[in-house]
Amino acid sequence: MSDPRDDEKEDTRGRPAKAVVGSHRDEEEVFGKAYDPRIVRRIWSFVKPYQGRIFISVGAVLVFTLTQLAIPLVIRYAIDHGMAPGRLDRSVMVWATGAFAAVILVNYAASYAQESVVGKVAENVLSDLRRAMFGHLQRVSLSFMDKTEVGRLMSRLQGDVNSMQEFLETSVMSVGDIVLLFGIVSVLLWLDFRLGLLTLSTMPILFIVRLFWLPRAKVAFMAAHETNSIANGALAEGIHGVRTVQSLERQHVNFELYDEKVLANLNAHLRSARYAQVMVPIVDTLTGIAMATVIVVGGSMVLSHSLDVGVMVAFLFYIQRFFDPIRSLTMQYSVMQRAMASGQRISEVLDVPVDVADRQGAVALSRDMDGSVEFRNVTFGYRRNQPVLKNVSFRVNPGETVALVGPTGSGKSSSMALAHRFYDVWSGQVLVGGHDVRDLTQDSLGEQMAMVLQEPFLFSGTVLENIRYHKAGATREEVVRAAKAVGAHDFIEQLPDGYDTELEQRGGNLSLGQRQLISFARALVADAKILVLDEATASIDSYTEMLIQKALIKLLEGRTGLVIAHRLATIRGADRIIVLQNGEIVESGNHEQLMERKGLYARLYNMNYASFDDISEEEMGMDAVAGKAT
Amino acid sequence: MHTDAKSSAPERGKSFAHVAEASWGKGLSTLLRIMRMTLRHPWQVAITIVSTFIAATLQLLIPRLLGRAIDQAQGVMAEGAGAAAQHALWNTALTLLVVSVLRGLFTMAQNYCGEAVGHRTGYELRLAFYEKIQRLSFAFHDRVHTGDLITLGLLDLDGVRMFFSTGVLRVVLLGVLIGVGAYLLISTDLVLGVLSLSFVPFVAWRSSVTQLRLRSTWLTLQQRLSVLSRVMDENLGGIRVVRAFAAQRHELKKFDRAKQDALGLANERVDIRVSNTSAMNFSFLVAMGLVLWFGGQKVMSGQISVGTLAQFLTFMTILQMPVRQLGLMVNSFARASTCGTRLFELLDTELDIKDAPGARDLVVTDGVLRFEDVGFHYPGSGGRPTLSGISFEAGPGQTIGIVGPPGSGKSTIAHLIPRFYDASSGTITIDGQDIREVTLQSLRKVVGVVQQDAFLFTTSIENNIAYGNPWARETRIERAAESAQLHNYIIGLPSGYTTIVGERGASLSGGQRQRLTIARSLMLRPSVLVFDDSTAAIDAGTEQRIRAAMKRFAKDRVTLIISHRLSSLMHADQILFVEGGRIVERGTHGELLALGGRYRALYDLQLRPDDDRPAALGAA
Repeated sequence: MSDPRDDEKEDTRGRPAKAVVGSHRDEEEVFGKAYDPRIVRRIWSFVKPYQGRIFISVGAVLVFTLTQLAIPLVIRYAIDHGMAPGRLDRSVMVWATGAFAAVILVNYAASYAQESVVGKVAENVLSDLRRAMFGHLQRVSLSFMDKTEVGRLMSRLQGDVNSMQEFLETSVMSVGDIVLLFGIVSVLLWLDFRLGLLTLSTMPILFIVRLFWLPRAKVAFMAAHETNSIANGALAEGIHGVRTVQSLERQHVNFELYDEKVLANLNAHLRSARYAQVMVPIVDTLTGIAMATVIVVGGSMVLSHSLDVGVMVAFLFYIQRFFDPIRSLTMQYSVMQRAMASGQRISEVLDVPVDVADRQGAVALSRDMDGSVEFRNVTFGYRRNQPVLKNVSFRVNPGETVALVGPTGSGKSSSMALAHRFYDVWSGQVLVGGHDVRDLTQDSLGEQMAMVLQEPFLFSGTVLENIRYHKAGATREEVVRAAKAVGAHDFIEQLPDGYDTELEQRGGNLSLGQRQLISFARALVADAKILVLDEATASIDSYTEMLIQKALIKLLEGRTGLVIAHRLATIRGADRIIVLQNGEIVESGNHEQLMERKGLYARLYNMNYASFDDISEEEMGMDAVAGKAT
Repeated sequence: MHTDAKSSAPERGKSFAHVAEASWGKGLSTLLRIMRMTLRHPWQVAITIVSTFIAATLQLLIPRLLGRAIDQAQGVMAEGAGAAAQHALWNTALTLLVVSVLRGLFTMAQNYCGEAVGHRTGYELRLAFYEKIQRLSFAFHDRVHTGDLITLGLLDLDGVRMFFSTGVLRVVLLGVLIGVGAYLLISTDLVLGVLSLSFVPFVAWRSSVTQLRLRSTWLTLQQRLSVLSRVMDENLGGIRVVRAFAAQRHELKKFDRAKQDALGLANERVDIRVSNTSAMNFSFLVAMGLVLWFGGQKVMSGQISVGTLAQFLTFMTILQMPVRQLGLMVNSFARASTCGTRLFELLDTELDIKDAPGARDLVVTDGVLRFEDVGFHYPGSGGRPTLSGISFEAGPGQTIGIVGPPGSGKSTIAHLIPRFYDASSGTITIDGQDIREVTLQSLRKVVGVVQQDAFLFTTSIENNIAYGNPWARETRIERAAESAQLHNYIIGLPSGYTTIVGERGASLSGGQRQRLTIARSLMLRPSVLVFDDSTAAIDAGTEQRIRAAMKRFAKDRVTLIISHRLSSLMHADQILFVEGGRIVERGTHGELLALGGRYRALYDLQLRPDDDRPAALGAA
């Protein structure tokens, strides 16, 4: 090695300062305000269709809670009126047992009704919410989709929707908890006011303890959750990048870095376990105090005959259930905060404006239109005051193939997107078949215009399903014919199950060239009058390349073609070439004409590259100046 | 990336994910192995189990104390009425308080230590898993889906981790509660004892059956939900295709179908769950009613006291929760045995590519790479050779070009040098040392492979370049970037070298990614540098500059260029044309053109669009 020696003495022993495993990601806000009326209203609109069932379940919860309250009372009645010394009464026992039987039957029915109804309503609401978000995302403008990571949207569609479900399920239960809490308090006070008051005095203590405990515990729980997703992220990265890791011999470094993250996660979990468990002895102690109070004070009262023994038994029973509602209600507060944060994010998705929509009275583009595409003084951009197309006008005549060429950022892709009305123009008009695209229904436009994107996107499913993606009704024969026409038939037949081979995610088991050919076949089956195509830039091996060039000719036969061309072969085969630069048309004409002009096109062409994208930035800059000069 | 590997690895994705529920014998040995792992923390395990015993016993005392207090309050005890009775009440109350506090403390110890044991075991497993994954060969990773590995490392590992706290501890707890409790109750009153325990078998059975049913439907639900999320993920990722074909309605239909499948099952699960919770609750209350009725009779006939009756009723409420959770325990056992079987299968996988016993570090003297009659077939390809009879030699400073149609095996040649795969026959040597007899680490430090679509880590550009040598100084990183013709681009970015790239970072174009990958490989200063079709997205001019920069710095490096673009390799000292796994033509560019064979045909094919142009491709 003849690299300069100055940095030969790197210390490779210590921990490399900059090395990392796993990515940095800003976690989204987990907790929001506990109550936000706007969000509640928004979510309520999804619950509303199930309003009737919600009422039933709330009713069932109430009944259920009342039966729970009643059981110790029945026992008390049996003891005091049936079996207390000196008051033996067999008929009371029959009554009491009968009452008990009735109470538990009602309890059974109510618990069934409540849980089943709530569970199903929550599942349905969740499903509806997800459907509404997904449906909305199908209509929002692509500029929103461009800006938003798919991963982020997915976490809204899944994580956030799930936490709403948790909220819905628990909030009906909370109604029961509140009723149970007040019920126990009132029954205790009603049975014996003084003893009740004394016993209940432990309740506020728990409230206060939890008030102090909760914020701290929440931090610990969150830390456990966060370090968990960090460690999991690092693991996923290790799995995805394993080949690179091995070829660069990073295993040792990574192992140590991963160890740090997993250890941090372990410590966070232990910490949060400490927080969770510290409540156990506190609650047990408070329960012990309450019971001891009933034994000493209540017991003395029973001894002095100022209290029935059954009341004392009932007190002891209630105390055992005493702290449950407080525990779950304070937890519910966090659930609510989390739900509000999720609700906020869900609303954000649902509120994304749909700016490209069919206007009222939009007409369907008929199959008999001429197939022309025309841009009239189109100005368009993605960001305010930064137009990427400036006053561009051109016309693609029916049956003609026009190649758009120009360096990256010249506005080629935007022109293509506008032809399909992915976006609306700032000013000017885009006409297809003589109609302004804004006057047409998007569905009919999509039917008459087939698009092939640079990075061919295949869906999971079979090859067959992918080829007839746009025309689900296409027969197998049609699909095979299209595949043969574009030269994809041979390699498809060689796949394990031919046309019925399941494609892996995004067609991972096919090469780029093969995916491109399948997307050509898909466009051919769609049989649209206009073909808009963005040629693949990534290099494809020469054999497949040849197939693609042939397929392209086949595909363009009898169609109007608007092609973003990268390869010289395609460019030269076009009827007309439009050269774009910085959002403006600088030249147009066929290959010979443009060569004669000796302008930008001729200069680029003479640089001997197989593709215009090969031209590096510096060279482009040089020519931009030269281009202006001509 | 590994097109060759994919097409010839028919077993792909068959292992791990679809291992059915483990057989009894295997399941049992898995559980024992998990227990052995747990016992690596003997103190905590001991504390947990002892605490569980004590806490459960203390809990059983509570109904007794309550019963006694009720009897004392009624003055039925020996103390009679008056001050003595008062005193007895105080005694009972204080005992109860102490018992409650102790129970709380021991429960805390039980829960905390139980969880700690689980988390520590989880920590150890995670490290072992990570270590293993990082070492398993390319052949393994070709065969197993990344998604399955992630599931294994997250969900299955959790199933094993939680076995101690949700499985083993519950057994202990239930054993004590039911065992000691039954003894106490039945010895107090046989009939009432039996009656108050009567709900236990029913609830235990229902709860286990329900949990097992929920478990199996859960697995199905997970599958359906993953179909749903795939529909969403693909739709959002391919939204342009969806829009391009105006296929929103088609997509919504797809979504609705998947959604309906998942929803139907989710509702079914609600039914399973609910019908059982209410049935279990009901059976408990029925038993309570029976105790009340028969106990009442006994109280009336003076056989037992009201306090004893209350003791039975309280005992039942205590027992109710753990018995209902029996199903969770059964579930935990089932889960741990399947998850553990899968996880251990991975951890026990033999490394097929590892250091030979007594392997020494590779010592590079001149840097001569030799292939001697090398053959290779992918595992599971039925012995169909991907490569056969490959022989060539490259001396220091030489460049070898390898070209051939897709699937000809040219990438495989690249993968054999750093032992991503081992050759099936023949030998590969570097300076006379067989690469299978030197340490992997030293070999891979010497051989740099620039992969076709290498993985970029979500971190800064700087860290990505220094990935193989994170101790490198900034000047070195910049020099590598300069050689790869990326420096100018990087310093033009707002955050320069600290710009975050990768999946969630700034997007780089295909060519920029490849240049970054080249810079990354240069950081290791490899003596053998292999470009595995890794300049395809880089324009010819830039590629030439990269080549020139590298020449300046590494005069004695062996370079292998695998490409289908002739301009990338026509300057090589020797060009090998590979087809069907064999070298069919070899020589310099000029010699091969003159030969008029395959190479010549490819040359004509690549030049055809431009054959009227005077300048030859990449003539400079």
